[in-house]
Amino acid sequence: MAERRYIGQSTPRVEDDALLRGKARFVDDLTAPGVLHAAFLRSPVAHARLLGLDLEEARAIPGVVAILTLADLKDVLTEERLPLQFISKTLPPDITPYVLAKDEMLYVGEPVAVVLADSRATAEDAASIIGIDLEEMTPVGDLRAAVEPDAPPVCSTRAGNVCEAFEVGYADVDAAFREAAHSVRLSMNQHRGGAHPIEGRGILAEPDAGGGLVVRSSTQLAHEARAFLVALLDLDENRLRVVTPDVGGGFGAKFLLYPEEVVASAAALLLGRPVKWIEDRREHFLAAIQERDQLWEIEAACDAEGRLLGVRGSMIHDAGAYVPQGINLAYNAVTAYPGPYVLPAYHMDVRVGMTNKVPTIPVRGAGYPEGTFAMERTLDALAARVGIDRVEIRRRNLVPAESIPYATPLKSRSGAGITYDSGDFPALLDQVLEAIDHAGFEARRAEAARAGRRLGIGVACGIKGTGRGPYESAIVRVGRSGKVTVFTGAMPMGQGLKTAMAQICGDALGLPPDRIEVICGDTGTIPLGIGGFASRQTVVAGSSVARASAAVREKAIRIAAHLLEADGGDIELVDGEARVKGTNVGIDLRAIAASAHGSPGYALPPGVDPGLEASENFMPKGLTYGMGAHAVEVAVDEETGLVTLTRYAVVNDCGRAINPRMVEAQIHGGVVHGIGNALFEYMDYDDQAQPVTTTLADYLMVTAPEVPRIDVRIAEYPSPLNPLGVKGVGEAGCLPVAPAIASAVEDALGVREAAIQRVPLSPPDLIDLLRARAADAA
Amino acid sequence: MKPAPFRYHAPGAFDEALAMMGDLDNAKALAGGQSLMAMLNLRYAMPDHLVDLNGIEALRGISDGPDGIAIGAMTRQRVLERDSLLAMRAPIFAEALRHVGHLQTRNRGTIGGSLCHLDPAAELPVLAMLHDAVLRVRSAARGERSLDMAAFPAFYMTPSLEPDELLVGLSFMPWPEGTRHAFLEVARRHGDFAIVAVGCLVALDGKGAIDRAAIVLGGIGPAPIRLTAGEAMLRGERPGIELFRAVGAEAAGLEAMGDSAYSAGYRQHLAGVLVRRALQRACPSEAGVIS
Amino acid sequence: MNDGTMTGDQDGGAAQRFDVTMTVNGIERTASCEGRRNLVDFLRHDLHLTGSHVGCEHGVCGACTVLVDDHAVRGCLMLAVQAEGRRVETIEGLSPEDGPLSDLPRLFAEQYALQCGFCTPGILMTLREVIRDTPDAGETELREALSGNLCRCTGYQNIVDAALAALALMRDGGEGA
Repeated sequence: MAERRYIGQSTPRVEDDALLRGKARFVDDLTAPGVLHAAFLRSPVAHARLLGLDLEEARAIPGVVAILTLADLKDVLTEERLPLQFISKTLPPDITPYVLAKDEMLYVGEPVAVVLADSRATAEDAASIIGIDLEEMTPVGDLRAAVEPDAPPVCSTRAGNVCEAFEVGYADVDAAFREAAHSVRLSMNQHRGGAHPIEGRGILAEPDAGGGLVVRSSTQLAHEARAFLVALLDLDENRLRVVTPDVGGGFGAKFLLYPEEVVASAAALLLGRPVKWIEDRREHFLAAIQERDQLWEIEAACDAEGRLLGVRGSMIHDAGAYVPQGINLAYNAVTAYPGPYVLPAYHMDVRVGMTNKVPTIPVRGAGYPEGTFAMERTLDALAARVGIDRVEIRRRNLVPAESIPYATPLKSRSGAGITYDSGDFPALLDQVLEAIDHAGFEARRAEAARAGRRLGIGVACGIKGTGRGPYESAIVRVGRSGKVTVFTGAMPMGQGLKTAMAQICGDALGLPPDRIEVICGDTGTIPLGIGGFASRQTVVAGSSVARASAAVREKAIRIAAHLLEADGGDIELVDGEARVKGTNVGIDLRAIAASAHGSPGYALPPGVDPGLEASENFMPKGLTYGMGAHAVEVAVDEETGLVTLTRYAVVNDCGRAINPRMVEAQIHGGVVHGIGNALFEYMDYDDQAQPVTTTLADYLMVTAPEVPRIDVRIAEYPSPLNPLGVKGVGEAGCLPVAPAIASAVEDALGVREAAIQRVPLSPPDLIDLLRARAADAA
Repeated sequence: MKPAPFRYHAPGAFDEALAMMGDLDNAKALAGGQSLMAMLNLRYAMPDHLVDLNGIEALRGISDGPDGIAIGAMTRQRVLERDSLLAMRAPIFAEALRHVGHLQTRNRGTIGGSLCHLDPAAELPVLAMLHDAVLRVRSAARGERSLDMAAFPAFYMTPSLEPDELLVGLSFMPWPEGTRHAFLEVARRHGDFAIVAVGCLVALDGKGAIDRAAIVLGGIGPAPIRLTAGEAMLRGERPGIELFRAVGAEAAGLEAMGDSAYSAGYRQHLAGVLVRRALQRACPSEAGVIS
Repeated sequence: MNDGTMTGDQDGGAAQRFDVTMTVNGIERTASCEGRRNLVDFLRHDLHLTGSHVGCEHGVCGACTVLVDDHAVRGCLMLAVQAEGRRVETIEGLSPEDGPLSDLPRLFAEQYALQCGFCTPGILMTLREVIRDTPDAGETELREALSGNLCRCTGYQNIVDAALAALALMRDGGEGA
């Protein structure tokens, strides 16, 4: 076994130097000779029949090369619609988006036609004067109304606005209510908004001389993008290479092959010229996926001590106008509801509803924040009803340490059981209380009260399933140069993935991470791959890299032993050299690699097959679960409704930390995303389903002054499910933020029973809440 | 998200700029550009001609003279924020400017641009109204005219300017030394346009009674609103919390605009709170700490 | 632009072009662009300095922040022609081409103050001015000064820590920025 010199250390990020010199290469930094710039004509209304387009004037603008509609692309497309991107046996076939709108437009921003011109400005000039002949149809914006039987249809050809309905649950929940000492009802409305990486989506599609295509896309899914493009464009896989340049954040927005990417690729083939499309922020607001409304109606029952007995209810999830991917969000949310707690009986009726809004797929958290919010609000409501402390009710319901591994009665969407594989949940709760000085809170509250400030504290927990399969690829290769390269289908979007992979490989090969190159998301360098989502990459790709690196190490030692005429057991890999321990006899990786590659006409060392490389595709048996406990202290201005966060603490289990500073940084980002969900980010639509908040001045992302210092403490309970023992942390930080803040705000105001059941919480909402309380008291 | 085509003009002298504004159809003057450029990029504004005022040195500067303090229309917000004359004679400027956008936008944004853009919640129009500023406006055809800030807003985000007119600058008589002031606003995030903003100036006489007061609210109406009834309530009275509460209640009774995010009722409520708090902050020893 | 040369036809159409000259990172550069070209697009696509980024094009995200005559400005809210004759500094000029990173970016790396790095150039350029003009800034002032730059990855804490470290270094006689 290799010595652990890099895993577990906060080694410098290998990504940083280029980024800090302005030498990174994002998709908009790339160009190609003769490139055409694309701008899209998009639906101006939420629901209309498309009768025709007047393109004449737009085509006449100098610099405009082509304006294409779905009909124009038919020659190079095998299908008019995008494929459903997750497997489903139950969804209807007419549910995915068209490549360009055909005869009905279902949401504001849906791509209708594309202009290709010599500059983006010219393309926009043309798109802005295209005449669009449409017949408006009734838009369906309100989710609750949309799923009523007599609701007008979101799409005229579909039977109803519920695309799927299912039940999740176990045990006899009605019996649980018959035994219950207390019960509560909650009606929750959750709203999440958009992903908003600072870099939007973008693509540069470049045709080659042989009818093939090189696609450079800011995506979380290079290999999946290739698979779908190959099918849609009827290309041989070898003729289509998807290369991912540096990606400026994803957060779910790039976890999909979109119509725009298909259009750019198809147009490049059709016109024989490179085509570039860079999403602007307004397009991100209109046409990039969102993850937003869910409506939860639940009843929860507990015994006299506050122990959960059962929860039953219903949930409606807003899918938007199309289902490009699947119904995973709704499923994740309801199966995430029990969280780290023991819930003896559970039953939820779930409906996936359609509206004339942009489709929803996972944004950081992927349904887990919604489930977590619902459970944590449930616990606060029950604590008030029972008359016990909010921390105490959590302690009484957390899965005890001795029950871990804990198999819940639920299954993840892959069909595998949901089993919490390692951890000590009550210990994490205790640690976060210590981190925020919970014991000293009442003294702080009293002191603040003397200065006219109302403080409150809130605690919430969440648990995230991470490391989703089916597999991730890795090839570790020592080239004849002696240089080590790791290739993987995993996709960095800022997490420091290359650093983590280099640390893992570095330990095996005795090389510092900065001497290992990591190449990600290039279908030309590695045949298999899945991509970046579900906090999976360190778990799944990391395990592949660990195993492939171990295989390369073993082979390198075997060859070195042969070349040095030593025993393999006496050889160590240090600083790019194989050395006989305790001597200065050694041979460098280059010589070992050269030996493995062979010379023309000469035999390889005995028992050695060619090349110094190994390939692994680690397949996790199930998700690995990392629990997080959050505590937040807030100051609430009762007169204005403004909430100021004054302290924040997180303890999160990451299995084993590959790079502790990078783990902390992931949690920081997740928490702040959660703060946005809790207090700021609201994607507003008017009653015609027209988006209202379409600039960053109207849609409020969190900035530095709104954020308190966040005390992140890493807990390490290694997962038994992968060779590194790691768990994902990319999303975990955002899960319990909103319920923790809601609880703290209520505590500051002396409001109990989880009165806050809708997020984001705005200042006027708080004033209304206080007024309602005052009216009740009067 | 690129602007529609326009013809760009960069006059070096004010007269040249005025001539262009008179001669060119659908021309728009470009000051600091921190709102207009965004509107061009979004194609919310599509002028045929853009007349850039940034090269006109004569429109810049802050000076003290017989008519009081004069500020050129193209004086940048960052300059106002750090100006020593204003710090001495009208210190509320520095306090309010901290809330105006961000460092990067204050480096380009100008006082004239902000006054002419006339966002209902912008801070600088509130300051101009608070000081009873006189605005000088000029056109090539009709020469110069002056108008009070109170008369400058025509309607929502629209100043009383003819298409060929440009703002030269503003001037105001500073309040006496020792004048109390406060500028408060409620915004969701630092640097956002306020939901409601309040500025107040309070001058006391030798006996500690209020000699003169000015209170202006932004974000309530389409343009800044002077709380004249509240000012009258203060005049001659000694500062005190009950008095300030009563003035706050007066502010809460103003007619307010509302939108999907912030209702008229919420804005009225904030007006009451902020007016009371601003007065308390201006007169802390008389009214106690801000609650 | 006071004396930029108009090279296109003067009377209508979208063809109004200018030869714009500015000093970028100490080197005089000239390129031709449309009047409607903004400064950051000019730097990126006409001068091929792609280190400054575009995140919103309406003056909120701050990814396009560059220094013009020592002041941080939004590159999307200024026309390229307006930078005629000015001194412009970008991320590419922050560290010596063949040398180690200068202090501020080095501290960003040390503090894990960047993740995807897309917003980072704008933040570094903003901090150049903040560190120069307010060397005594504390955490509250720094957070306020950073309010014009959005970052979706980091949650800002490590950025603030890197900036605080840069200020401390400068007070100890280092370059800081």
